Amino acid sequence: MNHDLTVIFAVTAAVLLAAWLLGRIAARHARPANASTIENFNQRVGAWWWMIVVVAASVGAGWGGAVVLFAAISFLALREFLTLVNTDRADHRTLLAIFFIVTPCHYYFIYRGWYGLFSIFIPVWAFVLVPISAALRGGPRNFMARVSEMQWALIICVYFISYAPALAGLPELSRKGPNFGLALYLMLVTQVSDVLQYAFGHLFGKHAMAPAVSPHKTWEGFAGGVVCATALGVALRRLTPFALVPSIIISLVVCLTGVAGGLTMSAIKRDCGVKDFSSLIPGHGGILDRVDSICFAGPVLFHVTRFFYG
Amino acid sequence: MTGSALASLIAWAVRATTSLSVKHVGHSFSGAQRIYFANHVSHLDFVVIWASLPRQLRAKTRPVAAADYWSGGLRRVLAERVFHAVLVNRPAGGDVHAAKEAVTELVEGMSGGCSLILFPEGTRGSGANVAAFHGGIAAVCQQIAGVELVPTLIEGTQRVLPKGELFPVPMLCRLTFGPPVYYDAQEPRRLFLDRLRQSLCELRDLKSSA
Repeated sequence: MNHDLTVIFAVTAAVLLAAWLLGRIAARHARPANASTIENFNQRVGAWWWMIVVVAASVGAGWGGAVVLFAAISFLALREFLTLVNTDRADHRTLLAIFFIVTPCHYYFIYRGWYGLFSIFIPVWAFVLVPISAALRGGPRNFMARVSEMQWALIICVYFISYAPALAGLPELSRKGPNFGLALYLMLVTQVSDVLQYAFGHLFGKHAMAPAVSPHKTWEGFAGGVVCATALGVALRRLTPFALVPSIIISLVVCLTGVAGGLTMSAIKRDCGVKDFSSLIPGHGGILDRVDSICFAGPVLFHVTRFFYG
Repeated sequence: MTGSALASLIAWAVRATTSLSVKHVGHSFSGAQRIYFANHVSHLDFVVIWASLPRQLRAKTRPVAAADYWSGGLRRVLAERVFHAVLVNRPAGGDVHAAKEAVTELVEGMSGGCSLILFPEGTRGSGANVAAFHGGIAAVCQQIAGVELVPTLIEGTQRVLPKGELFPVPMLCRLTFGPPVYYDAQEPRRLFLDRLRQSLCELRDLKSSA
């Protein structure tokens, strides 16, 4: 397994290096009209370097490192999401509880591998306690909006994202210790799918997919990105417990749910009147802009694997 | 830990917690004597502005803070040693003598070419509107010539630490510095204050149309 991981990181680093070189050559020789596209591309590549380094470092640090990484991602995502939405001054204590009690407890349950607890802690316990807290402190004003948005924040930013590291702790796969193969498969397939959808859309995009929600997504980009990323997923099936045919189906499902996640988060952004969740990652936007596909694909992959492979 | 190392650490922590994004509209930092005037929604407001300044300017830019809030234990140490704040007793409305004293303290605080961070609304609002400005800033400008008045728009701090709360919640905050405004001795005070307030409101309208 470790050999596979090393190979994966090496190949990824090589691809990024090629992209970086391409970007520098393009910056030197490009026409001024393309200057901003190239600058955006170079910013994105730069951000990708950092992200790969951070992921590699936390995987290297073991199970604890991976859990801490995703807990930090959840914190950053929560901060972005909750800044955008309708909370009241009275919800301050509820928000404190969300950041400093619910999130750490949830990730502790993930760390210990207590599936029975981490799978219901937020959907049952937090969902019961947040509305009570909101009602007692803030009263009924704007109640539905406030409570729904706080619940939604918990589900997307904490619960869904945490399924990515949870994959490494699936009991059947991790008898000899945490198994990062499936989690890496998830991240690689979804991120490559995003990048290729963007690239294909840029090159061949003609028919908009959902213009009201996401102005840049096109059917051509979608088709090209999803087909290529599914192929990648099949090529990576060594990291997973799937045989050839299941890996085709499951890789396709991961890509499709990733697109669903991206579209949903775009709809949320349009509703709130912003283009990006924040400008934390140069060239990409906020952390939620980067993990939106993992949010939806992670839980689906986790439960499909758990159901069929024990 | 020395005072300035602690100051850098606190500034970094504040910027990191709020992922502070700073925008400059017709503005750049300079060593000129200034009054940064801002809207007021949270006790964290001046901390956030202070944290966004370049290190060299931080030592010479003094926030004006309410003495009653910043007088206890740790807060007093922070206010004096780290922020070099000018602590002022908030004058009750209509108390002319106390208001004059406050102005004197502000003018003294600016001695040696120091700049100020000031909240002309006088008290924390809810964040929805910018209230009418108190006259203190005009009185200070009468006594010190050539001060640059920089409108500074703060957004988000009321959600990090609202009125009455003790613990901050990490939320994204934004700061916008606008083009400097200057005092005109011929101008009636009310018009001057309105002009200042207007320059701040313009920064806010700029954001929503962008």
